[in-house]
Amino acid sequence: MLLQYIAIAILIFLSTALAGLVIVLGELFGPRVKTNVKSMPYESGMTPIGPGTRRMPVRFYLIAMLFILFDIEIIFLLPWAVVFRKLGVFGLVEMLIFILILLVGYLYAWKKGALEWE
Amino acid sequence: MVPVTYYVALSAVLFVIGVLGVLLRRNALIIFMSVELMLNSANLVFVAFARLFEGLAGQVFVFFVMTVAAAEVAVGLALIVAIFRSKRSVDVDQMSSLKG
Amino acid sequence: MTQADLYTLLPLIVLVIWACALLLVDLLIPRGRKGITAFLAALGLALTLGLTLAQVSAAGTAFQGMVVLDGFARFVNALLALTGLLGVGLAYGYVRRMGIERGEYYTLLLFSVAGMMLMAQAADLIVVFLALELLSIPLYILAAFARPKETSEEAGLKYFLLGAFATGFVVYGIALTFGATGTTSLSGIIAAASNGDAGLLLTIGAALILVGFGFKVAVVPFHMWTPDVYQGAPSAVTAFMAAGAKIAGFAALLRVFGLAFSSLSADLTAILWTLSALTMIVGNILAIAQTNIKRLLAYSSIAHAGYILMAFVPFGNAEVLPVSVAAGVFYLVAYTLTNFGAWAVVIALEKAEGRGLDLDDYAGLGRKYPALAAAMTVFMLSLTGVPPTLGLVGKFYLFRAVIAGGFYGLAVIGVLTSLISAYYYLRVVVIMYMREGEPERVSEPWLNLTWAASALAVVLISLVPAPLFAWASQAVFALF
Repeated sequence: MLLQYIAIAILIFLSTALAGLVIVLGELFGPRVKTNVKSMPYESGMTPIGPGTRRMPVRFYLIAMLFILFDIEIIFLLPWAVVFRKLGVFGLVEMLIFILILLVGYLYAWKKGALEWE
Repeated sequence: MVPVTYYVALSAVLFVIGVLGVLLRRNALIIFMSVELMLNSANLVFVAFARLFEGLAGQVFVFFVMTVAAAEVAVGLALIVAIFRSKRSVDVDQMSSLKG
Repeated sequence: MTQADLYTLLPLIVLVIWACALLLVDLLIPRGRKGITAFLAALGLALTLGLTLAQVSAAGTAFQGMVVLDGFARFVNALLALTGLLGVGLAYGYVRRMGIERGEYYTLLLFSVAGMMLMAQAADLIVVFLALELLSIPLYILAAFARPKETSEEAGLKYFLLGAFATGFVVYGIALTFGATGTTSLSGIIAAASNGDAGLLLTIGAALILVGFGFKVAVVPFHMWTPDVYQGAPSAVTAFMAAGAKIAGFAALLRVFGLAFSSLSADLTAILWTLSALTMIVGNILAIAQTNIKRLLAYSSIAHAGYILMAFVPFGNAEVLPVSVAAGVFYLVAYTLTNFGAWAVVIALEKAEGRGLDLDDYAGLGRKYPALAAAMTVFMLSLTGVPPTLGLVGKFYLFRAVIAGGFYGLAVIGVLTSLISAYYYLRVVVIMYMREGEPERVSEPWLNLTWAASALAVVLISLVPAPLFAWASQAVFALF
C-alpha cells in the first residue's frame, strides 16, 4: 500500500538533505563580515525608511473586506461551472440571479465611494 | 481510509481550543479568530461525514459556512476597526462604558 | 424549480427583492429626506404582510424539502412582518432626532426580517443556519448604528462576538447531528432518530444547538450580553431586536426541538426545565436592582425568554406539546405588542446623549402626560401579568399547558417569579404617579400611534383572547 509512495519519500528525503547540506556548508565555509549596512532588513536594495511595523491606512482594510466578500462567491461559481452543461438553461438563469444580487452589493459599494482610493 | 472518528476527535479538539480562546483571550481580534476556528472545526466534521456517507450534502454545507463566515468577517472587522478608531484599543476588558 | 416552489416563499422573495431595490433606490434619495426610505420600507413590509395573509393554499415543502409553508409559518411570518412595521414606525422619528438617520437602517431592518421569516419556514438545518445569520448580521450592524457613539459601538461589538460564538455552537451541533443521522433535513432527522440508535452524537449535537439558540434568545446562563447590548444599542433597534430575534429564535426551537429532536426528550427535558426555571429566576431577580429603564427592560426580556421557553419543556409529550406551543406562540404575540409599546414610551422620553433613561426621569409623568403614563402602566401590568392585559392571558395559557404536562414545579416557579417581577414593574408605575417631576416627552405621529395602538391592543385583545388563541392553536396543531 504505502510502498507505491516510496519514490516520493525518497524525493522528499533527498531534496531536504541537499538543501540542508547547502545551508550547513555555507554556514561553515562562507566568509562573514558583519557591518551595519549588512544587518539591515532587505528591501529590494533600498535603504529602509522608518520601523517595519507601520500602521496601515484603514482604506486597506476596506478594500480587503470587499475583496473577501466578492472573492468568496467563487466557491459557488466553481462547482456550478463544472456541471454547467448538465444544468442547462435553468442553471444559467439561477446563476444570473445570484450574480445580480452580488451586483446590487457592488453598485452600492461603488456609489458609496468604497472603491475610490482618495 | 482513515476512520471517521479520528476526524471527529481532531475537530472536537479544534472546537474546544476555539471555545477556550473566546472565553480566555481579551483581544477582540483573537476572540474573533477563535470563533473562526470553531466554524472550521465544524467544517472538518462536515467533510469527514460527507466522505463517509458518500453524499454531497455535507460538502455543500461547508460552502455555506465559508460564505457566511466571510460575511461575518466583513462585519466583524468593520466593527473592530470602528471601535479601534474611537478607543485606540481592541481589549474587551476596556469596553466598560455599559454598566448597571 | 416550479411555481409551487416560488409560491411557498413568495412573501420572502418579494421582501428580499424589495430590500435589494431599496438599497439602490436609497442611494438616489438625498440626505435629510430619508423619511422616504422609511416609507418605502414600510410599504414593502405591508406588502409582505398582505402576501403572507393571502397565502392560503395547503401546507407543503418546496425547493427539495428545504423550506416549508404551513399554518405555523404563516402565523409567525405575519407576526414578523408586523414586528418589522412597528420597528420602522419606532425608528422613523428616533433616528432623525438622534442624528443617525441613514437609509441603510431600513434596508438592514428589511434583511433582518427576511432572515427571521426564513427561519420560520426552515425545513432543513442548512436553511436554519442561513436564516440565523441573515437575521443576526444586520442586527450586529444596527446595534452599532449610532457610531461613533462609544456605547453603541461597544454594544455592536459585544453582540457580534457573542453572536458569532453562538453561531459556532449551532454549526458544530448541526455538524454532529449530520454525522449522527446522515441528513440535514428535519424530516430526515425525525426518521433517523425515531428508528432507534442515533446515539450519543445526536444528543451532543442537539445540546450544542440548544446552547447556540440559548445565546440568541438570551436564556440564562447565556444571557450576559443582553443588558449591555440592549442598553448600548439605539432604543429603536433594541425594541426590534428584543421582539424579532425572540420570535425567530423560538420558531427555530420549535422546528428543531419540538419536531426533529422529539426522540431525545428523555435527555433534554430536564435541561430545558432547568434553563427555563433559571432564566425566570435570574432575569427577574437581577431586574430588581436596575435604575436604568433600558437595562430594566433587558432583564425583563431575559425573564420573558424563560416564560416562553416553558412552552418547550414538554417537548417529548405529543399530547401536551401542541397546546403548550400554541400557548408559547400566543405569549410571543402578547410580548411583541407589550414590548413595542413599552419601548415606544421609552423612546418618547429619551433625550440625546442617553439622558432621560433613568427611572427617576419618569417622575411626574402621570400628572403631566396622563395618556402616555396610562399606556406605560398598561405595558408594565402586561409584563407583570395583571388583568386586564394580554400578559395575564398569555401567562394563564402557558401555566395551564405546563401543568397539563405535569410540570407543577415549573408552574410554581413561574407564578412566584411573576410576583417578584411585580415589584420592579409596579415601581415604574409608582414613580410615574406618586413622585413629583417635570418630564419632557417627544411627540411624533408614528411614535404616538405605536404606543397608543399597542396599549389598546394589549387591553382589548385580553378581553376577547379566544379568537387569537384559536388562530395560534390552529397554526400550531397543523404541525403535529
